This record gives sequence, structure tokens and C-alpha cells, in this order.
Amino acid sequence: MKKSGFFAGIIFLILLGLAVGCGSKLKDVERAQREGILLRGNNTEPETLDPHVATGVPENQIISSLIEGLIAYHPSDDTAIEFGMAERFETNAAGDVYTFHLRDAKWTNGDAVTARDFEYSYRRMLTPELGAEYVSMLFVIKNAQRYYESRVQPKPGEQPLPWEEVGLKVLDEKTLEITLTGPMPHFPLMLKHYSWFPVNPRNIEAHGGMTNRDGRWFAVGNFVGNGPFRLKTWRTNQILEVEKNPDYWDAENVKLNGIRFFPVESVDTERRMFEAGQLHLTGNVPLHEIPIYREKSPHLIRTDPYLGTYFYRVNLTREGPMRDVRVRRALALSIDRASLIDNVLKGGQTPAHYFVPRGIPGYTPKDYLRFDPSEARRLMAEAGYPEGRDFPVLEILYNTREEHKTIAETIQQMWRQTLGIDLRLHNQEWKVYLDAQSNFEYDIARAGWIGDFVDPYTFLEMFTTGNGNNDTGWSNERYDALIARSIRTGQTSTRFALLEEAESILMEELPIIPIYIYTNTILLHPAVKNWNPKLLDNRNMKYIYLEEVPPQPRASKLY
Amino acid sequence: MSAPSANREEAVLQEESFSLWEDAWRRLIQNRLALGGLVFFVIMAALCFSSPVIAWLTGLSYQEQDLALGATSPSLSHWFGTDDLGRDQLIRCLYGGMVSIGVGFAATCVSIVIGVAYGSIAGYGGRKTDAAMMRIVDILYSLPFIIFVILLTVYFGRNIFLLFVAIGCVEWLTLSRIVRGQVLHLKVQQFVEVARTLGSKEKDIILKHLFPNVLGPVIIYSTLTVPGVMLLESALSFLGLGVQPPMSSWGSLIKEGAEKMEVYPWLLILPALLFSTTLFSLNFLGDGLRDALDPKDSPK
Amino acid sequence: MFRFILIRLLQLVPVLLVIITLTFALVRSVPGGPFSAERKVSEHVLEKLNEHYGLNDPLYLQYFNYLKNICPKKLNLPALADFDLKEGLGIDLGPSFRYEGRTVNELIAESFPVSFELGAYALLLALLIGIPAGTLAALKKNTLLDYIPMSSAMMGICLPSFVLGPLFALVFGLWLDWFPVSGWQAPGGFSWADDLPYKILPALTLGIFYAAGLARLTRGGMLEVLNQDYIRTARAKGLSSFTVTVKHALRAGLLPVISYFGPVVAGVLSGSFIIEMIFQIPGLGRHFINAANNRDYTLVLGTVLFYATLIILLNLIVDIILVLMNPKLKFEK
Repeated sequence: MKKSGFFAGIIFLILLGLAVGCGSKLKDVERAQREGILLRGNNTEPETLDPHVATGVPENQIISSLIEGLIAYHPSDDTAIEFGMAERFETNAAGDVYTFHLRDAKWTNGDAVTARDFEYSYRRMLTPELGAEYVSMLFVIKNAQRYYESRVQPKPGEQPLPWEEVGLKVLDEKTLEITLTGPMPHFPLMLKHYSWFPVNPRNIEAHGGMTNRDGRWFAVGNFVGNGPFRLKTWRTNQILEVEKNPDYWDAENVKLNGIRFFPVESVDTERRMFEAGQLHLTGNVPLHEIPIYREKSPHLIRTDPYLGTYFYRVNLTREGPMRDVRVRRALALSIDRASLIDNVLKGGQTPAHYFVPRGIPGYTPKDYLRFDPSEARRLMAEAGYPEGRDFPVLEILYNTREEHKTIAETIQQMWRQTLGIDLRLHNQEWKVYLDAQSNFEYDIARAGWIGDFVDPYTFLEMFTTGNGNNDTGWSNERYDALIARSIRTGQTSTRFALLEEAESILMEELPIIPIYIYTNTILLHPAVKNWNPKLLDNRNMKYIYLEEVPPQPRASKLY
Repeated sequence: MSAPSANREEAVLQEESFSLWEDAWRRLIQNRLALGGLVFFVIMAALCFSSPVIAWLTGLSYQEQDLALGATSPSLSHWFGTDDLGRDQLIRCLYGGMVSIGVGFAATCVSIVIGVAYGSIAGYGGRKTDAAMMRIVDILYSLPFIIFVILLTVYFGRNIFLLFVAIGCVEWLTLSRIVRGQVLHLKVQQFVEVARTLGSKEKDIILKHLFPNVLGPVIIYSTLTVPGVMLLESALSFLGLGVQPPMSSWGSLIKEGAEKMEVYPWLLILPALLFSTTLFSLNFLGDGLRDALDPKDSPK
Repeated sequence: MFRFILIRLLQLVPVLLVIITLTFALVRSVPGGPFSAERKVSEHVLEKLNEHYGLNDPLYLQYFNYLKNICPKKLNLPALADFDLKEGLGIDLGPSFRYEGRTVNELIAESFPVSFELGAYALLLALLIGIPAGTLAALKKNTLLDYIPMSSAMMGICLPSFVLGPLFALVFGLWLDWFPVSGWQAPGGFSWADDLPYKILPALTLGIFYAAGLARLTRGGMLEVLNQDYIRTARAKGLSSFTVTVKHALRAGLLPVISYFGPVVAGVLSGSFIIEMIFQIPGLGRHFINAANNRDYTLVLGTVLFYATLIILLNLIVDIILVLMNPKLKFEK
């Protein structure tokens, strides 16, 4: 008996010795630095690498390094135009026809990138059989919506619209003309979104055809792209590696030799990996670690503004006090957002006294809300609940996550203190929570929204009547009309004025209670250069480079 | 057999079992470790279950926050420190203990009752009964528990009773297999066969010979189950079943503490300490119980 | 005995059928579908997606189609050795709904060897520590050699893996810098030895819990047996203490351990979600939980089916061992 224990001890010691031997080697980041490879935490396993089917941020980070659209991400400014596959473009006088001139570029299979490839790609997006989630992004093209809808739900007697009617014209191999539904000055910015990325027609056709979704075309070995990097290895839940694409048109300016994306779901694991020198940058930082890094090693932590709002939805389809706008206003006025941010979130977020985040050039929302306990109490009394008397027990619904729980606990407490009302917390598993929200089975529900492109429209559009993402049951004719009018206006300033009026209605009626404007907080190794603050955190990876820096002391050794 | 004699036999049986328990109790309190475990556990449980009273007396509250204060290490005013929302950790630990001890015990009892009954029937019954019953266990083992729990929350809401159903439903499985293995082994042992040839009734064989002999593994496995159940509770509240924030439980306190252990170590260490000392005491108690109830140890 | 095994293997079929049916019913009745997302998919798109994955068919049809696909149709052992269920048995578990372009067969074939390897290390560790410690404690009951291992075992049980894992990573990974804090394979590494440091912390975390459980059950089982008449007789006959322990006592004393072991082995080999999350390991355990969370119907069914087969086979092995260790018990009546 003692013998086997002895052997176990020996084996353990051998293993230990082995490991200690390994410990003296270079850290992963240092080795990768020499090889010019960036090690990046990427949250979750990508669901797909097909730009027309993808929906998530982790997918976008990978796809945008493999494929380049007409307009690419600018290294520092989300509202600036960075030419990608298009060398230049011009618009007509009315501002509704764009002509793009493509540069000489190649796919990784040797094909030249042509205007036909783009036509093919957009046709693919608009073919209902593909089931592209982001198809509506392309509805700004003239007749694109009709083309799509006449195939999905044809009106009685309606023929499917022929492709030729859609506002896309291949003028020659290198020239593409896009006709829009109306004048749209921000159209080139929309093209940065991956739903506008091209795919290689020959490759798609070789792997099941245009609308095939079995995804064989983007497997390692099959993938054909035109971006600064090409796919090298991909192991589910472990690693996805891309390497520099020598055939990229601007290959000489691509500084990294490769990127390894790690699908690390746990933020705590990701932070430990960063600390241990296994990652150059993380996608998130655990809330409780932020102040520590701020204090002990501020050079490792980065907080950038982010185009997203955290808010609470209010269910207006349920009978009860929440139908009363005074109650909603009282709730909105009794959240001490500054205290929540300073003491709980600690990520330098902005109090959301409005709904559309600031930072969109030309659009400056007013402060519609504030922290005003006495006004809140007055409103509650006026609504018939002085000091919270007779207020029914309502629930705050959130999906299970540490951060949402903490916020809900804090807000529950603020409402109890200021208004004397007691709400219960209710957490649900993610998909159950989504289901409860769309079926209006909640009183107050946590929500968040990240802009698709830098424009207030992507925030305000969702609260129009019957919009799939409204989920509050709120409906306001004037609001709907303002949003509709804004699409038809070509003038940016008029458009923003209309949208601002819409936002003021939203903040008057408060079917939602804005809480804070997101920031993007990450841990970033000092070797990573040219990582600029960006509103949408979209990176053009060809501009990122690594610089030799001395080995870093660990933050954990500092406490 | 005539009625009076049956009555007499029952009376004898009762007397025997009475003395068996009395005997066991005597031996239990002679075992110093077990007694210490019992005393510690009773004190801990009493403290936890009087947490509402303690809260009222001290003016502390498990949900009252002090955001400006935030997380502070243990001090005179907050013996266990405060968590990152500035709530007193001591009172949260006590409330958490109430939840965890309650859930741990109730659910373990449920699983013992089901597991022992199921396992003994399967083991003692014929081959066909055994096969059918054990295949059912196999099936239950394999079903995706997480989906089952989500369904429970969706269709029955957040009833605390469901928590026991959910936990009881999984925890008895392994126990039933252990009991069955034990019974299979015992029922062919000499003393059982002797009892059978002497004409003892099946009921008596089960109660007097098999039951005391499976009790040992059952008690030991239960001391493994209680911590498992307490931790499972926190996983279930994660799926939306059972205790909801801001109410705490040891499981959820430890879980949060584990995430923040580098920054606020006391948030892990103190609840983990309460949790493990309680389990230690239970464990000593369990061992003592096992020894006390061991029929082979009893003075003949 | 062969008849016994044959009968049990035949029982596998109805049992698996029940499991599939129940799981199918469970996952289909849970709210939220594979394509529900925070940013809602338009109805037409949803329609197309459902059509693509055959979710628009009547439920019974989907059920029978699934049964048809998972029916073993052939036996090709070399392919089976590579975990290729499709080539090996003709079992098609369908496409994953979440991971586009990947089939459930591929995902399982890719992740199970990982979980298996990790589980094997952990079990080895558990056996090497747990059984000797438990036996020792029983033999030296109520001495320090009993209290110390048993108290450590209790610590092992009280510290759940979500505490132990981060703690190990912190101490051995970050502070002492002995092991990597996460990952499964060394980037650019080729040999088993290169990868080994990555596997030590997770194996330790996973193994300790089971070692603790084993130690306690072994001690209990041994105590139970050491008092039995035949052991006393053996001792009285003058057999050496070692022979008595190993040949007689351990044999019976391990009975509860063995019953406990069947499900444990199945659980360990098919991966632990928490440990795979903490140490960033591409194993089956992550698929198991993530599939349920994502409502990836086929992946849920596939992993459940796989796990069920594993657990039933292991319980069968346990039952065989139980009989072998107890000569009085027979396979046949």
C-alpha cells in the first residue's frame, strides 16, 4: 500500500521537475513577438467564417482579417473612409448613385477581384435561400428589398423581380455602380460592415453553390479570401490561426506575420492567460480587476469609448403601474448612474442620460435625464404611490451573468431607497431570457445594444412600431414618422435633426430606461502598437504591429 | 401463525431496535470527535438559522448596500469585511448558511430515501427487477440535466420546492447503485442465509440484517453528497432555479469569491471556511454515526 | 457470463432509444431555438434557416429521420478507432446548428480524445492517491495516519473545482510560474512532452476531487470488511497483514468504491465543463453544456447519446466486476 503511494509521489515529482524545466523558457508572448504573431483573446468559438451568414463580434474580428470589402476599416477613425478593394468612388449629383473603381487585387486562389465578384456576393446575400441574417443591411440598394421580398412572400399576382432590376450594375471588370433607394451620404461607411464583403464565386460554386450553407468553403484548405491574412489552422474551442497573405495587394504594408485567435469564454481565464504571457490582448476585463490594473499597472489596461448603450426595457403590454409614464420617469430619475459607474462598474462608462451614445460626429444628444430623487418621489406620489405604498411587487429580468446581477442588485437597492418600492430580481438562462423578452413575459428587463455602424439610426430604428427588436410594446406614430422621414433625407444635418427629435420623444415616453454608455476595456500588452481607440472596435489588422519591449513584470506580483 | 404471537414478535423487534438506537447513541456520545462535530454543527446551524434575528439585533442587512464603501477587508465594524457592493459579509454568510444547510439537508434526505429504497429493492428483488430498475437509473444518468432544470424553471416558476426535486432527482442515482451493489453482496452472505434458513421473514431480514449493513456506505456517501448538493444549489440558481440574489448561499458566495480571490481574498476564504468547517463537523459526525451503528462492533 | 454480457448489450438498444426519445422531447420543449439571438432574426430568415436544417418538418418526422440517421449500418473497425462514427458505424449525428460547417460527428471525434486523455490522467491520479490513502486510514483507524489523509480528503471535497482550478492556476501558474495557466497543446510544440505541462493543473484539479471521494469510500468499505469474521479468521490463521489486506479485505472493501466508479469514470472521461472552461481545454464537456445553452439540438442529442453509451457500458463493466469479486453471486440464476 505504501509502495503505490511512494510511486505516485515519484511520478508527481518527475512531472513537477519537467514542468519547472519548461518554466524557464520564453513566454508565449515574447516568442510570438519575435515571430511577429499577435496572440489575441477572442471570446467565443466563431460560429462561421462566412461573412454573409456571420452575426457576431468574434466572427467579425476574424473575417475582417481574411476578407476585405470595398471600403475597409480605418486604423483610427470609424467615420473616415479607408479604401479597400475600391481605389476610389464617385457619386452623382443627386447622391444616390455610387460608382466604385476597383484596384488590382487577387484572391488567394489566384483569381482577380472583379466587379462581378461583388455582384455575385450581393446577389448571394439577397437570395432568400441563403438565410442571411443581415440581409436588411443591403436594402438600401434600389429594388433590393423588392427583389428579396418578392421571393419570400410575394404579394398576390406578383412575379419575382428579375435580378436586372436591382440597382447593381457591372460597368466593366473593375467598375461597379450601385444605385440606392435615395441619397445617402453615409453609405460608404455602411460598406465597412461584413455583410458587404465579397466572396470568391469560383470557390463558392465549387463547394455546393451560392446558397449552400454547409460551410465547406471556409474550411482550412478551402478558404479563399482577399484580405491581408489567410486562414492557416482552426481547431474548435482551441485556436484559429491566420498568417500573412503574400498575394494581398498591400502585402508590403502588412506588418504582422500572423494572428492567433483564442476562443476564451471565461473572462477570468483570459485575464490569467494575459498575466501568464499567453495573450497580447484580451477582449474583456473582469469588473473587479479594473481598479487593480488602473492602480498598479495602468500601462496594461485600456479603456476606449464604445458605441453601445446598456438599458432596461419596460413591458408596456402588461397592466400595472409601469403603464404610467410618471412611474417610468420616476424610476429613470432615481438611478444614481454616476455612483453605479464609479463604485460598481469602474470602467469609465458614461451615465446614460440619453439613449444614443455620444461620439457620432454631428449628432449631440441633450441630457434628457438626471439623478433627481426628490422629483422622482414627487412623480411617484402623483402617480398614486407615495413612498412606494401599494406598489405591486414587480420583477427585474436579466440573463445570468455576474455583471448583470450586480447592476440589478444595485438598481433594486436604489429604487428601494429612493422610492420605497421593492422589486424582485429574476435571472434566467440566456435563451429563456430572450424568449421571455420577445413574448412580453417580463416587467422590466435588462438589455444592451451595440451600433452596427456609426449612426444614430441603428439605435433609434428599433423602437418603431412592431420592430422585431422593440420588445416593449411601445408605439408612437410621431416617432415612426420621424424615423421614416429620416431615411428619405439625404442631408446629414436634417436627418440628424429628425433623429434627435425622435430621441427626445423616446426619452419623454421612456419605454426604456437608459443606464450607461458602454466602454471597451481591455488588457493590452505594451508591445502591441497602433491599437487606437475606436467607437466600434473594428480593427484593420494590417496596421497593427508588435514592437520589441523588455519583459513585463506581472501585475499579480505587484500586490 | 396466530395473531398474538405476531404481536409479541413485533414487540420484541421494537424493543430490540429501541435498544439498538439507544446503544448507538451511547456510543456516539462517547466518541469525542463525533460529539465535537455534533456540537459544532448544532451551534453553526443555530447561528445560521437565527440570522434574521441577528440581522434585526445588529441592524445589519444582507441586501443593504454601501456603494461608496465598497469592498473592505475584515474590520471591527464588519468582522467578515464587506463585498464589492459594500454589504456586510458576515450577515450574508449567515443567511447563506441558512439556505445551504437547509437545502443540503433536505435534498440529501430526499436522495437518501429514494436511493436506499430504490437500491435495496433492485438489489434484493430478482434479476429482472434489478435489470429493469438499473436501466432506468442508466437512463436518468444520461439525460441532459441542464435542460431538465431549465424546463422546470420555465414551467413551474421559481418554487423552492422544485430545487429539492431537481437536486433529489440526480443525487440519488449513484447512491442507489452503491446500495444495490452492497445488497447484492450481502444477500448471499452467510448470516443472511442462516437467518433465512432459520425462517426469518423477508421484512426482518431486510430490516435487521441488510439495512444496518448498508448504512455505513450510505452515511459515508451522504457526507460526500451534502457538499455536492450545496454547490449544486449555486449552479441551479445560476440557471434561474431556487434562491435569487440579493439573497445569498454558501455556494454562490464561494463562487463569487473564487472569481475575485486575487483582489478580495476574504470574500472567498471566510465563506469557504464556514462551509468546510461545517462539512468537517458533519463528516466526523457521520463517521461516528457509522461506527456507532455498525452491528459488527456491537458488544454481543 | 457471455450470455449475461450479450443480454446487457441487447438491453442497450431499448435503453438508448428511451434516452433519445426523452432527450428529443426535452430539448424541443425548452424555450428558445438555435437561432434566437439578442438581435432578432427576421421571420423570413428564420423560416429559411429552419427549412435548411429540417426544422419545419413535423416533429415526428424529424424524430424518425434522426433515428434513421443514427442507426448503425455497418462496421468498419479501423475507421472506428479514429472515432469516425460515420465511416465506422454509419452513424450520422447531423450538422451542428451553431457551428456552421461542422458536423456533430466531427465535433465529438475532435473533442472526446481530449477529454478522454485528461480524464485518464485524473483517474490515474485519483486511484493512485485515493485507494492507498483510504486503505491506510482504515488500517490505522483513529491514528494520525487516519486523520491526516481523511482531513485532506475532506478538504478536497469541500473545495469545488471552480475554487481549486483558479487557485492552482494562480499559485502554480502565476505566482510560481511552473505551469501554463491554460491551453491544451503547446503552440508550435510537437511531442507529448511539450504538451504535458499544460495538462498537469487540469488533471490535478479534476483528480483531487475524485481521489478524495475514493479515499473516503475505500476507508469506509475497508472498515466494514476488516471487522468481518472471515478477515478475523484469516488473521487468526496467521496470514500476513499485507496478504489479508490485499487478498481478502480490499476485495470486499472496494465494493462501494466500484459501484461509485462506473458513473464517475463515464463523467470524467466525457469531460468536465468547469475545468475545460477554466483551463481553456477543447474537450467534450464544453460542447455538452454549450450545446444545451445554444439549443444546438443535434449536438445535444449527439453528446447525450455518446455519454449514455459510455455510461451504460461502464456500468456493465462495473456489474461484471462486482460479480467477479463476489464468487457467490452468479451471472445466471
